[in-house]
Amino acid sequence: MPDVSVRLTDELIMKHIDASSRVIDLGCGDGRLIERLRREMDCQVLGVDLERSNLLAVIERGLPAVAADLDEGLKDIPSGSYDFAVLSQTLQQVRHPQQLLLEMLRVARRALVVVPNFGYWRIRLEVLWSGRTPVTGTLPYEWHNTPNLHFMSMYDFRELMESIGLTIVRESPIIHGRAVDRAWAANLRADSAFYLLEKRD
Amino acid sequence: MSVSSAQSAIPEDSVGLVQPQSTVLFQDSPLVLASGQTLGPITVAYETYGRLNEARDNGVFVCHALTGDAHAAGRHHADDPKPGWWDPLIGPGRGIDTNEYFVICANVLGGCQGTTGPGSINPQTGRRYNLSFPSLTVGDMVSVHSELVRSLGIERLCGVIGGSLGGMQVLDWAVRFPDQTAAAIVIASGHHLSAQGIAFNAVGRRAIYADPAFQGGSWDPESPPRFGLALARMIAHITYLSEDSIALKFGRRLQDSDQFAFDILKETEFRIESYLHHQGKRFVQRFDANSYLYLTRAMDYFDLARYSGSLAESCARASARFLVLSYDTDWLFPTSQSRELTSALLQAGKHVSFLELDCSFGHDSFLIDIDPLAEVIRPFLKQTRASEQRRAARTRTDSQ
Repeated sequence: MPDVSVRLTDELIMKHIDASSRVIDLGCGDGRLIERLRREMDCQVLGVDLERSNLLAVIERGLPAVAADLDEGLKDIPSGSYDFAVLSQTLQQVRHPQQLLLEMLRVARRALVVVPNFGYWRIRLEVLWSGRTPVTGTLPYEWHNTPNLHFMSMYDFRELMESIGLTIVRESPIIHGRAVDRAWAANLRADSAFYLLEKRD
Repeated sequence: MSVSSAQSAIPEDSVGLVQPQSTVLFQDSPLVLASGQTLGPITVAYETYGRLNEARDNGVFVCHALTGDAHAAGRHHADDPKPGWWDPLIGPGRGIDTNEYFVICANVLGGCQGTTGPGSINPQTGRRYNLSFPSLTVGDMVSVHSELVRSLGIERLCGVIGGSLGGMQVLDWAVRFPDQTAAAIVIASGHHLSAQGIAFNAVGRRAIYADPAFQGGSWDPESPPRFGLALARMIAHITYLSEDSIALKFGRRLQDSDQFAFDILKETEFRIESYLHHQGKRFVQRFDANSYLYLTRAMDYFDLARYSGSLAESCARASARFLVLSYDTDWLFPTSQSRELTSALLQAGKHVSFLELDCSFGHDSFLIDIDPLAEVIRPFLKQTRASEQRRAARTRTDSQ
């Protein structure tokens, strides 16, 4: 992913996190987001990743990092130990997305998720036009080497939330590198979307 | 300081020649042990590498494992065939950089490499303690380490690090003396030994008890229960290896022929047999059978959860930041145990990092595969130190 969109997603996520709260970042990469949360917002953070190089990068920032395979859930993370659980551009790569979302809301009060939107018009057009698996900016892989296991649109995501009993507190489609609160034909125009989720009482 | 100038035969990034040191603690008032018994004075054998800085805030204490000793790095003589047991990790520019840190390693209480143990002379009787030596716990070992650190003029260590039984000491230290260390590095270890681990220790001890030379522990130092102790070591050694590492190193290869001997009394026919016998034989030359009984028992007893109602509550007493490391092929202290510990530390709201390292050598990996260890320990200690310095600076500003 290009840097611009990384910065955009980070800022979008940070906007919805309270200062001094406890945040767990799943698939934290090199820890750049949690470092900002620690420095700029005084959050108590934890990075979770599977790659050793990423875990080392987080430790090099002086932050805590725990190795875990998101496909196996979050069994080492105690219930209710965080205010926010972040999962950015990773949900489509896990084997059991719905289990992971429920796990996120077991360990945290709120979940912040950024997912690619397979309903994006360029993707639709490419499938239609070339008759091949789409390769685009947000989906830059060939079918045989993609880490993305699931391709969902905004409609699909909403439907899943409904069926597993999670409330979408906020939905922000990301269009032309900008997150918007509302947009016409969002499922067609957004290449990805941000969600703030809670457990339904 | 124990470091001399670099010798030609010794690599430049080694701590070089080191001097074993010794001190006597608990002279005025004896140490009250976990069992309620008292012990003192206690002689402690230790070594140090690097220099204690003016602020006295660069101390790193290394806790050795079951049969280790205070000689963690460097060489005692220029022609020493082997350096200390963790030499590749400790030295100038190495994982624990002796240009930065003042490293201390001490032989544990109950050991037989210079620190008071069952083989020491009881000053009250003028004879070896043997089994009149009081029962020990990991906590008792840590109480002595902790006192040694104070006696060296260090109020707070930058870190405490250890593998296996050493990792247990680190955990005990972080929980019982929370103000004494800023970082706790626990490697191939756990908050307790599994029932399977206790089972292996039990067989090892039985081997020693059953040796006719054991004599109720009052054996003649000229003829120790060497068969029992060697057998104990052979059994334990298997638990330190992995199926893969044994297969790779020895396979089913025979020792000195490619034909079977058909001799039922030949105990060294397969290479792995020969290797275990060699390990056993070497071990009895350097280890006291009674120490082995006391130390394995202390390991069995260790259970961090017993300090409070639960493991997480015990962890809550600590103030250090933790680094927990396990090995994928370690079945004596499997990764699942390190995860359980990590989970409890998270529950207690502690700063904790956990990594599973890949290495085929089983439990012993932490003594063999040093580079991946150094790669994570180096930044962890560096960041701990930086955070400590920020903390000290804040305290200074606050008190002005």
